[in-house]
Amino acid sequence: MAHDRKPGEKVVFVGDSRVRLKTERLKQPDYSAYPGKSEAFIPNFLLKEWMVGVVVLVGILALVMSEPAPLGYPADPTNTAFIPMPDWYFLFLYQFLKYPYTSDHYVVFGTVLVPGLAFLGLMLVPFLDLSPERRFYRRPVTSALMIVTLLAMGYLTYTSWHHYKEELKEKNIIPEDVKREEELRAAKGAGKAAPSPSAGAAKKVAMVAPDDPGAAVFKKATCVACHGGELKGMPSSGIPALLGIGDTLSKDDILGIIKNGKGNMPAQYKDNIGKGLTDADIDKLANWLSMQKSK
Amino acid sequence: MFKSMYNWIDERLDITPMWRDVADHEVPEHVNPAHHFSAFVYCFGGLTFFITVIQILSGMFLTMYYTPDIINAYASVDYLSHKVAFGVIVRGMHHWGASLVIVMMFLHTLRVFFTGSYKAPREMNWVVGMMIFGVMLGLGFTGYLLPWDNKAYFATQVGIKIAASVPFIGDYIKTLLQGGEVVGAVTLTRFFAIHVFFLPAVLLALLAGHFFMIRKQGISGPL
Ligand code: HEC
Ligand code: HEM
Repeated sequence: MAHDRKPGEKVVFVGDSRVRLKTERLKQPDYSAYPGKSEAFIPNFLLKEWMVGVVVLVGILALVMSEPAPLGYPADPTNTAFIPMPDWYFLFLYQFLKYPYTSDHYVVFGTVLVPGLAFLGLMLVPFLDLSPERRFYRRPVTSALMIVTLLAMGYLTYTSWHHYKEELKEKNIIPEDVKREEELRAAKGAGKAAPSPSAGAAKKVAMVAPDDPGAAVFKKATCVACHGGELKGMPSSGIPALLGIGDTLSKDDILGIIKNGKGNMPAQYKDNIGKGLTDADIDKLANWLSMQKSK
Repeated sequence: MFKSMYNWIDERLDITPMWRDVADHEVPEHVNPAHHFSAFVYCFGGLTFFITVIQILSGMFLTMYYTPDIINAYASVDYLSHKVAFGVIVRGMHHWGASLVIVMMFLHTLRVFFTGSYKAPREMNWVVGMMIFGVMLGLGFTGYLLPWDNKAYFATQVGIKIAASVPFIGDYIKTLLQGGEVVGAVTLTRFFAIHVFFLPAVLLALLAGHFFMIRKQGISGPL
């Protein structure tokens, strides 16, 4: 009985009688089949591991201090110009969906079939590669499959990133986190408090010169039906806002778009002349739109 | 003093065998980089675990400031990175750690693959490993949305669209992840819950299985 034990005597609780009292320790793996200079995990090896851990931690901290984690502008679901990009380790899958036999009608190949088979194959590899041989150069099929997969993943990742860079250059886009960081640095240099864009109020571009004669023409022209009286467009139907359009397009560009259309926008010149506008009106309209700059 | 405290507890709970079970084992020569430098490939699993621990700790600190709603999520991350002392370090560690853990896990998987260590009797541990792999990718995907900036928002929108194109179950996956008609408030709270509660719980359970099997079977022999 526990209450009349001698001082220093160890009490062993047996507990629930359905649980077998453990008498045997988890056994030491036996490495006598491949003898060598094995050493105790605690403390010898653990101390070395500890040192490696410290070095790795210092490395991570150096990275963290030299490259702060990026943050762009608050999410704005109406933004149509943003180029979506997943984190880097998903890029190969993302790129894979851009080929003819893995997109549109065949998208199931790209989303389910090929990645699914690859993942399943990898998961079941111990049950597929049954030979006892462990050296990779003696298992040519298994190793070759893996190497080809790795090369393909590397290629897809590179291609995806390359296309993204090209697209940025082509459309003259600076990634938002970079833009934001520059803004913060500029504010700091000027001795101002760091600007913090809050959700909703995200860089709203205001209409410029709403009293300009061009604005009146815009309300009468065909444009208003699609781009809206407030120039906000209809992002959900792929019609861009015209606020801030002067940042990227000049008056002549806009006249060109009115005459010839652009992408999904049909040419508008004839319709507007038909509505009773004159060339001078259209000139005023284009002039006013080119004044729509975000700054 | 520590010794007598330890003895006091050990006398009552008999804790010595518990940690001895975990601690008492030898490290054979062929996996010890002190003897063969090329054996550093056997460290990848341990380093993956090390970074996983960093992720869990830095993540716990992040949740002290992070607010999972669409008005405040961005603002709280912004505040944390620019106003809170060492906030930039905490977020930086979680951000870069998320990439590094994938890299280390990938290298570890390749080590196991090319040394044929997945072969009998370690098949089950390989399968558990692949499940860990899936959970890790899930953590990456759900965590990417949380800062609620444009990059997060549009990547998730595309990700969910891709998931929705899966035949038969695509729409269910979409509803499960997105919660509503669009990527919005419900999506954010769901991703937050999945990222900080569901997947870490699954991960810890799988890791326990992983480590138990390694301890039970020992590391695979030299090639
Ligand atoms: C039928 C609907 C429609 C009408 C009417 C219309 N647009 Fe457009 N507009 C669009 C669409 C759609 C686009 C996007 C074209 C693309 O890039 O594929 C667009 C694009 C533009 C652009 C380029 C925007 C950019 O970001 O590159 C300008 C400028 C423009 N419209 C001006 C006008 C003007 C001026 C009028 C009136 C004369 C007008 N639009 C009338 C649908 C319309
Ligand atoms: C969070 C992720 C993971 C952690 C922390 C982890 C940790 C570890 C550790 C510490 C070891 C001991 C040997 C070594 O360090 O190389 C190990 C062995 C092993 N791991 Fe992992 N691992 C992870 C993911 C994976 C994955 C993704 C796979 C493969 C699908 C995998 C398969 C294995 C196998 C089969 C062994 C036994 C190898 C042997 O006995 O030689 N692990 N793991």
